[in-house]
Amino acid sequence: MFKYWKQGLAGAVAVASLAMPLTATAELTDGKVKIGVLSDMSGVYKALEGPGAVIAAEMAIEDFGGSVLGKKIEIISADHQNKPDIGASTAREWIDAEEVDMITALDNSSVALSVQGLANDKKTITMNTGAGTTALTEEQCTPYGIHYVYDTHALPVGTATAMVKNGGESWFFITADYAFGHSLRDNTGAVVESLGGEVVGNVNAPLSTNDFSSYLLQAQASGADVIGLANAGQDTVNAIKQANQFQIVQSGQKLAGMLAFITDVHSMGLDISQGLQFTTAFVWNQNDETLAWSERFYERHNAMPTMVHAGVYSAVSNYLAAVKETGTDDSDTVRAKLGEMTLNDMFVKDGKIAPNGSMLHDMYLVEVKKPEESQSEWDLLRVVSKIPADQAYISMADTKCSLVN
Amino acid sequence: MSMQVILAQALLGLNVGVFYAMLSLGLAVIFGLLNIINFAHGAMYMLGAFIALIGYSFLEQWFGINVQIGFWASLIVVPIVVGLLGVLIERFMLKRLYDLDHIYGLLLTFGITLILQGLFANYFNVSGTPYPGQPESLNGVVNLGFMYFPTYRLFAIVFSLVVCFATWWAIEHTKLGSRLRAGVENPDLTQAFGLNVPLMVTLTFAFGAGLAGLAGVLAAPIYSVSPLMGADLIIVVFAVVVIGGMGSIGGAILSGLALGLVEGLTKVIYPPAASTVIFFLMVLVLLFRPAGLFGKEK
Repeated sequence: MFKYWKQGLAGAVAVASLAMPLTATAELTDGKVKIGVLSDMSGVYKALEGPGAVIAAEMAIEDFGGSVLGKKIEIISADHQNKPDIGASTAREWIDAEEVDMITALDNSSVALSVQGLANDKKTITMNTGAGTTALTEEQCTPYGIHYVYDTHALPVGTATAMVKNGGESWFFITADYAFGHSLRDNTGAVVESLGGEVVGNVNAPLSTNDFSSYLLQAQASGADVIGLANAGQDTVNAIKQANQFQIVQSGQKLAGMLAFITDVHSMGLDISQGLQFTTAFVWNQNDETLAWSERFYERHNAMPTMVHAGVYSAVSNYLAAVKETGTDDSDTVRAKLGEMTLNDMFVKDGKIAPNGSMLHDMYLVEVKKPEESQSEWDLLRVVSKIPADQAYISMADTKCSLVN
Repeated sequence: MSMQVILAQALLGLNVGVFYAMLSLGLAVIFGLLNIINFAHGAMYMLGAFIALIGYSFLEQWFGINVQIGFWASLIVVPIVVGLLGVLIERFMLKRLYDLDHIYGLLLTFGITLILQGLFANYFNVSGTPYPGQPESLNGVVNLGFMYFPTYRLFAIVFSLVVCFATWWAIEHTKLGSRLRAGVENPDLTQAFGLNVPLMVTLTFAFGAGLAGLAGVLAAPIYSVSPLMGADLIIVVFAVVVIGGMGSIGGAILSGLALGLVEGLTKVIYPPAASTVIFFLMVLVLLFRPAGLFGKEK
């Protein structure tokens, strides 16, 4: 009888393991939690997300204690170079070979849509902090995709509303010619028209355009009150700098940077950008909590955080909290938990992740300070007003997401 | 569509046109004498811009040399550096291909372009690094009546036109130029007369490269410096050279300016066609006058 004791033992172990539930709730898939930060590390969006996002994620992991459920939290990062195919193949490799459980950052709306779709097929949560298109939570919403910091609906609700009410009734758009730019232009146009304004023209500029001179002159020729810049990052900076070179604002038109970041203002300088109004989710020196975190971030990044950087910190922290509370990193469980949580940290107050993936939170209309108002190198913005979450974001009654309606 | 708009876009078109002219001039000279289709010309332009940028901002950081090569100095230093690089390329690589089919020259120079682009893309971001060295004296705007035009851009236009004209005059009206033209017409006979044709060839290539580098320095403050800036331009420049006539210097300059204007005006009339109108014209020229508008049938 004991001749075959080895086989018997093996058989007993096999039976015992089969008897254990397959979805062990107190276990982590692959025995660890691994977070992927996929961003534009070298191109137009590098400053607003990029390496700073990796730092923010690392800070979140460290502040969480470095481990969850007894296992170390790992981080991996890569540059998607603003190419959806590179983004998708990196994400695929991360999920299949690198055992990544959650992917964040994902600036550039084309990359974002591509990766969110792929991650959905592989049942992996994406917490998008960098991209803008509302398609992420509308037409192309997925059960595992979360859109965390801002979107192209919230931005014009803040900026366009303020500008139309201040006399900017006719608008001409210079649009980044891809998913994000078109989405931003369409949403802004809708807000402008709903307030009685008019969209008089549009010109598409390729992403990473260096010379906006001919587009700006076309905008000037249109005679519109406002030139809406439906672009972001270095594109916005170049457009505003060149508008200044050609004296466009001095000649009477206003510029609306539909998506701008404190890094853009810092890059342009207050002389050029003073008075510019835009909508944001976070200002580093708006209160003591944000100030304390931002100064820690500054020590590691040498620049103050954008709303996206703060968003990465918040998203990763809340993801880890959800994993800890549910005792697993299984995507369905964690996503459900994230949907139940009320999010409260230095980045968001009373935030909720809606069924379509949109993280509903208040936004702020800010204005760039005049040079004499600024008290330090990064003291560049003044909060003008708050836009409540229910106005900023598309409601569940109106959403086109098929998961909800 | 008012006169003001047309003039404004035409001036912007001229702005681009002078760069087309300078680059196609170098390309035409090189093709005329060397019979080489120099695909690396865009990379020389890019190199010029980067050397200016590195000379201004990175010498201390990278090499510990506490010197800053300002814009005015770059206008002289950079073309020399790029020209020297041109000498190296010609002496060690292109020389071996003169007896072979044109396609080999194209492949080699294309390869050089890819290497240079990849090299710079490694150290600099692809979407463009601003050049901070625009001289104070050229900041500001000129009020032209129909528009405000940045002073620097006006300077770039005037300077480029002067360089183009000086080059054309040197080739067409000086002894050195006549020797060059002789070398193009009949290298063997010219060499038999005692002129050092291989030296002329090397110097011509270096000159063409240097001219492209100069264009790069002038472009840096306007367009930002990116590893791909040459690639964006070179295709259009080839079209310009084809339209002007592959061996014709004056043709290259005039075509460059004219096509820049055409592109600018198309932006007013029908913007979506602006980037393709030059190629459309190139096809027409190839169909009806294959040697180009100013070229001679070889």
